[in-house]
Formats: sequence, C-alpha cells, structure tokens
Amino acid sequence: MALISLSGIDKYYGTYHALRDISLEIEGGEFFSLLGPSGCGKTTLLRTIAGFETPDKGVLTIDGRDMARVSANRRPTNMVFQSYAIFPHLTVAQNVGFGLRRSDLTKAEKAREVGAALEMVGLGGYGARAAHALSGGQRQRVALARALILKPKVLLLDEPLSALDKKMREQMQSELRQLQRQVGITFVLVTHDQEEALIMSDRIAVMFEGEIAQLATPQDLYLRPNSRRVGEFIGMMNLIPGRMDRDGSQMIGDIPGLGRLPIVPDLLTDGQGPGDCTFGIRPESMSLVFNGELPTGKFVDGTVVERAYYGDMTYYEVLLDGGTAPVTCSMKNLVSRPVLDAGARTRLAWEPGALIVFDAA
Amino acid sequence: MVSAPFLYAVLLLAVPVAAIVMFSFWSQSYLDLDTTLTLKNYREAAADPIYGQLLARSLWISLVVTVITVVTAFPIAYFISFHVAPGHKSLWIFLVTIPFWTSYLIRVFLWKVILGYNGVLNSGLLGIGVIDAPLTFILYNLNAVVITLAHAFAPFAILPIFVSLERIDRSLLEAALDLGETKVSAFLRVTLPLAMPGIVAAVLIVFIPTIGDYVTPRLVGGPGGLMIANMIQTQFLKLNNAPMGAALAVIAMIMVTVVATAFVLLNRRFLKGRS
Amino acid sequence: MRGGGLRIYAVIYLVFLYLPILLLPVFAFNSSTIIAFPLASFTTEWFAELPRVPALRDALWVSLKIAVLTALVSTLLGVCAARAAARYRFAFKGTIMGLIMLPLVLPEIIVAVSLLVVFLQIGLPLGSLTVVLGHVLICTPFCVAILNGAFQSLDISLEEAAIDLGETGWSTFRLIILPLVMPGIISSLLIAFTISMDEFIIAFFLSGSEATLPVYLWGQLRFPQRLPVVMALGTLLVLASVVLLTIAEVARRRGVARRGQQDNGGFL
Repeated sequence: MALISLSGIDKYYGTYHALRDISLEIEGGEFFSLLGPSGCGKTTLLRTIAGFETPDKGVLTIDGRDMARVSANRRPTNMVFQSYAIFPHLTVAQNVGFGLRRSDLTKAEKAREVGAALEMVGLGGYGARAAHALSGGQRQRVALARALILKPKVLLLDEPLSALDKKMREQMQSELRQLQRQVGITFVLVTHDQEEALIMSDRIAVMFEGEIAQLATPQDLYLRPNSRRVGEFIGMMNLIPGRMDRDGSQMIGDIPGLGRLPIVPDLLTDGQGPGDCTFGIRPESMSLVFNGELPTGKFVDGTVVERAYYGDMTYYEVLLDGGTAPVTCSMKNLVSRPVLDAGARTRLAWEPGALIVFDAA
Repeated sequence: MVSAPFLYAVLLLAVPVAAIVMFSFWSQSYLDLDTTLTLKNYREAAADPIYGQLLARSLWISLVVTVITVVTAFPIAYFISFHVAPGHKSLWIFLVTIPFWTSYLIRVFLWKVILGYNGVLNSGLLGIGVIDAPLTFILYNLNAVVITLAHAFAPFAILPIFVSLERIDRSLLEAALDLGETKVSAFLRVTLPLAMPGIVAAVLIVFIPTIGDYVTPRLVGGPGGLMIANMIQTQFLKLNNAPMGAALAVIAMIMVTVVATAFVLLNRRFLKGRS
Repeated sequence: MRGGGLRIYAVIYLVFLYLPILLLPVFAFNSSTIIAFPLASFTTEWFAELPRVPALRDALWVSLKIAVLTALVSTLLGVCAARAAARYRFAFKGTIMGLIMLPLVLPEIIVAVSLLVVFLQIGLPLGSLTVVLGHVLICTPFCVAILNGAFQSLDISLEEAAIDLGETGWSTFRLIILPLVMPGIISSLLIAFTISMDEFIIAFFLSGSEATLPVYLWGQLRFPQRLPVVMALGTLLVLASVVLLTIAEVARRRGVARRGQQDNGGFL
C-alpha cells in the first residue's frame, strides 16, 4: 500500500482554483518530485500534505491514516522550508534539537541525537554556533538535520535549493539524493527546476494550473512527454507543425523540412488521427554530419542560421531545405569537429524513432 | 485581533471627534447647553475679527514653520543618508530623535529662557560684547514661535525624508552621471523627485500638528503670537463656552484638511507633469 | 571624510537641536535665581529642594501611575494591531489601520477637547483614568509603528516550522514569536512610557485635580523664583528620558540582530 495517498483533492482560494481534483500515490522510500512553473499549485499540494493547508475536498492518507483531523504538528511529516526557517534566536544545536523538546529522551540522549544529526549533514561541531551567522548552504543543512531528527515517515522539501548558487546547488543535489538513500525516508520535493527534478527523483509529477499533467519516471517524462506543454517544459524540444494522412493501415507524417515518413502508433501521444498535428523532436536526436563521421538515421540538408557555443556543446539553428522555421540541434564539441558559422551549408542526420506526435497548436 | 485597538480608536477618537462636530452646532446659554442645532457659533466666528485673525495667523505660522523646518531638515537627512557610513546611520538618527522625546514643555520653556530680554542669548552676546543692547525681536513674537516650533518638529521632518532618501537606488545616480548629468542636475532630476514622497510626508507631519500647538505660542509668543489652540483652550476652560471652542476646533480641522489635501493634490499633479 | 560642508551644517544643526537640553543642567546647578549669563556659583541646592515639595511628589506619583498603565495598555493594543496587520487580510484594512494611526498627526488640542467633551457628557470624572484613556490613544500609533517592524520581519515559515516540529499554537508563540518580538515590545513599552510622562496638553485638559508632572511644571513656570527648581526637575526628567530611550534603542537593535537582519534606522 502506498505511503501517501491523495484522492480527489480540491483547494480554492476564494474563487481561485488552486488544486483541481488531484489524485496520486507516493510509495515508501521514494524520492518524489512535484515539478511545475510558479503558481501551478505544487507548493500548495506540499503544504496540504504537511497540514498547513486544508483541502476543500478529497482524502489524504499517510501510512493508511486519514489526515483530515490530524493537525500539522501531529503528522508524521517534517518540512524543509524554502527560506529554511532557521530560528534566528537559537543556536544550531537548539535549532536541530527543537523538535525533541516533547520527547522522553534524557538531556544526554538528546545531545547525542543532535550531534548525530549534525554529523549526518556534515555539520559536526557546529552545534554551538549562532544560527544567524550561517551561510546559505549551512542553513539548508541545519534545516535538513532539524527535520530528519524526528525520523518522519515523509520529508517535505519546498524548493530547498533555489536560494543557493549554481555550484552549491549541484553539490546539494547529489548530497540530498545520497542522504535519502541512506535514511530510506520518503522525500517529497517541490521544485520549478526540471533539471533538478530529473537528477534527483524516482518519479516526477508535472503540474500545470492546479492539475497533474503527467506522472512518470524521469526517463519516461523526458522521452515520452504526454503533451506539448510537458515536452516544452522538460528539456528543449523542437516543435514542427505538420500533418498526418492515412495510407491504408498506415499513418504517413508530412513534416516540413524532414520529409514524409510512416508514423508508428508508439509515437502518438494521444492516439492522434489524420489531420494537422505538431511533431516534436529533441535537439540531441538530430546531429550535423561532419566529414569522416557515419551517423545513422535519415538525412536532410540545410543552412546554419545561427550557432551558440557553450564550451562542451554547440547549439545550431538550422533552416532545413523545405522547412518553415529553423530547428535547433545540439552537438557535442570534439577536437575533430569544426564549429560551423552562420551561413554554412550542412547535412543533418536524425532518428525517426525519436519523433513524438502532439496535437496541433 | 485588530478589533481591540480598532474599537479603542473608534470609541476614543471617532466618537469624540463626531461629538465635537455636534457640539459646534449647539450653543451655551450661561451654565446650560442649548442642544438645538444652530449655526450661531460659526456666524460668530465669521463675524468677530479676532477669530479670523487667529485662524489666519495660525495658518501662516504653520506654513512658515513647515517650510523652514523641511528646508533645514532636508540637508540633514541627505547628509545622514548619503555621507554617513552605513554602520553609523542609526546612531545619527538616534541622536536626531533624542531631543524630540524629552519633555516638550521644558524644551519650549528653555527657548523662552534662551531668547528672553535678559535671556541666555542676550546675556551671552552682551557678555562677549557682540551687541550693546539686548535684542528684542526674538521673544514674544512670531519669530520666537517659529524658531521654537521648527526646533520641536525637526525630527518629524528629518525621518520621513531620510527614509525616502535611503530607498533611492544609488546606481540611479551613477546612471544619471553616466548619462551626462552634473552632480547638481542629477540631484535635481533624480534625487529630489524620488525623495518627494518623503518631503510630502514631512510637510504634512509638521504642518498638521503645528497648527494646533498650544504651549509654544503661550510661552514664547506673547500677545501677538497667540494661535487658535490658545483660543480653543480659553473658550473651553476659561469662558466655559464649549460649543464656541468646538466650532473653532472644527474650523481648524477643516482648514488643516483643506490645505493638506490641496498640497497633496498639487504635488501629485506636479510629479505627474514631470514624468 | 566626505560631505565637508554638509557635515559642518549637520554639526551646527545638532547644536541647535541640543541647545535647550544642554542649557538645562547648566542653570540647574547655577546658584542664581535669574536664568541668564554670566553664571553665579555651583550649587546642588535646587536638586535638594525637589523632594521637599509635596505637590511635586504627588504629581510624580500620578505621572508614573499613568505612564505605566498607558505603556501596558497601548503596547498590548499595539501588539494586536501590528500582529493583525502583518499576518491577516481583512476588510477595510487600510481604513482601520489609518484610524488607529490617525492620532499621530491629529493636533493634540483637538484630541484633548474632543475627549473632554465626551467625558463630561457621559459624566466620567476627570482624573488619572481619563488621562490614561487619552494617552493610550496617542501612544498606540507609536507602539504600532515600532511593533510593525518587529512583526513584519517575522518570517511566517518560522511559525510553521515550529508547528511542523510538533509545537502547538501557544507554545510556538512562547518559544518563537515572543522571543523574537520581545525587543520590540520592550522598546514599545519604554516609548509609550516616555511619551505619557512628557505629555502635557491632554493631561492639562483631562487630569482634573490630579495634576501630572508636566501639568505641575506648567503651573510652576509662572513663578520666576521657582525656575531654578524647575530646571533641576527638568534635568532629571530629560536624563530619565534619555536613559529610557537608550535602553529602547539598544533593545530594538538587539531585536534586529537577533532576527539576523540589517539595521535600517531608528524608531518610526
């Protein structure tokens, strides 16, 4: 049975419909992410699980218990707040040990627990420091230790890395992932950063406008987005308006610039039939053909319109012959590969299996 | 939660102010209040030149005090905001506010002592030989009232201006200099307009209370320096004519509101015209 | 050192601001009964005379009583208003807060005569109680202004974090909110106390026969031979104000530091 189960959750703020009929299950020991743009309801959903928001409709159970009448302070969940909410008037140790106030542990046992928790997040020996003298990364660790010391069934994280700089964020991403495996507690993470969600999560629920658009593993989400919107939100995707026609038992796609080819049902996101549609293909599924390289797939020709050099990669905007708008394709930079300039003619190889068919815009 | 302080404000502010308005339409007949509604008090206020004179003088003093206070306070606020090290700013603000929190009565009285015929200033100046005879233009007249009030309300003017100056993004001034303004024109075109909300607040916060000041005109104003508050007090406590006092209070309130509103509107138009 | 000309102006301005209170002790310790230069000789006679005046003792007692009550009530009202303003949205919030803050700019004479009229009409005898009612009215805006700073800078997730860690609403208030706003409360109490101790107009109209210290002082100003004693009393009052304000400022700064923020200026 799922550890957290939400069914038919609705939440209104006045007339604003913040959560629309949310149903989902989160398993024990899972690293689960709620991903979406700001205002999509992901934080509201997290706060509903924590008990800071009361749903207007629907049932929430944690570990089989209905949470309707359980207030936030008695739920088996603990939270890491976006601002970390470190109590500024307490020391690091007092912050971490805050939740132990009501436990039966002796003073010495509490001190040992606090020490162990600080050790776990890599802040051993920081106990006596004043909380307001900590750096951003350290505050985040204190917030983690403070929440984990109560051994909750679920740890809720509200954009915990958004306040950190890029380097620190990348480091904390892998640390958080490791920590989760080590303690085996269910983590529910709210984030607007798709990369972060992909890196850390076992499963991701993508939310738009109070609804879950897609719930899948990171790989499925990236490779098989179920709508243009999800496809665009996660990673980069070329969207090419085109059409499909029925030819006997087969569907034939007509993609400006890429040509006509049969579309197998696996590529359809919503059982699309003949008519206008949008074809999606990711930049890395198309590659420029350089001398001496033998890529597979189909080939088309085009002209480089623009390029952006990123160091490890170069992104090319290529206007395909017969295409209406340039497509983006990404190339790993190798010593043997030249960097083409705008205006250069080039050949492009692409994988038809990487194509996805969405509804027309 | 807000209901307790709100209820308090309603009961002890809104209700009394309403009562004063009502009172001003009653009249006093010897020891009894006549509660039939009448415009008698207002008619009397309009007819007797003493009231008009007092009201005009109060308004004039308030305006002069406001201008002097705000104009002299601005450089201080500017100095603290732009030239004092960030760590010392709150100390300066504290220094500026301290005199405000000490007994108003005593401060005003000390100005009387300082400005008097045999006062500190005259005896001091005579002592060191700067003047031969005591200066007389500094006590028991409007000058004394203006000096004393300007002193009393200085922090009121400095604080809001300081706050608005602090809010100005310093890179705006650098941008102005970068775009070819001189320091002076950058001040006029960037700093001053952005400080305007603070200046408006300062003007209102000085102007409104000064018009109703009682102590200063009484102590240092002499007979020619009395203001409307003194007359209101006289009507209430000496002449036992509460309705007349109430009418004067209402007129003073209306006058303050009209001038303050006009000022705010003018300023808004002025700012809009610039942008 | 930057701002040369302005700095000189600032120093002159400070001298102007402090001139009266700096002269106060000069004449309080001067043996002549005439308040003028040149000074006569040093004396502590005027201070020694203070405790021998019964009317002064009574007035001091009345003032202390009123100031303590005023400080407590207006700070309590201030806490309610500041907390509500920082945390909740409610109908007519602007109007309601505006009315609460209005006495800050209303001429005191208007407040005084309005209250006088109402108290006389409902038959409430003038005395310490009526002065307290008036003082609370004018002190509450200052308390709200001070406490607003403390409450507004309180991150709501701090409270949620405490609840999340198992505390109840009340224990969260005691363990988190109160310690964090305490410096604000202390400075609010001290400011309200100081204002009430010094306030004259309202007390003048509403104190009836129970004269407060400023009302007593007012009476004394008419007698030239009493002036040195007034100077001595004034010196003590100013000293007390400065001490209280310094404590209030220190408390406020400690609060700022405790909440781990940057200092952004003084009261108001």
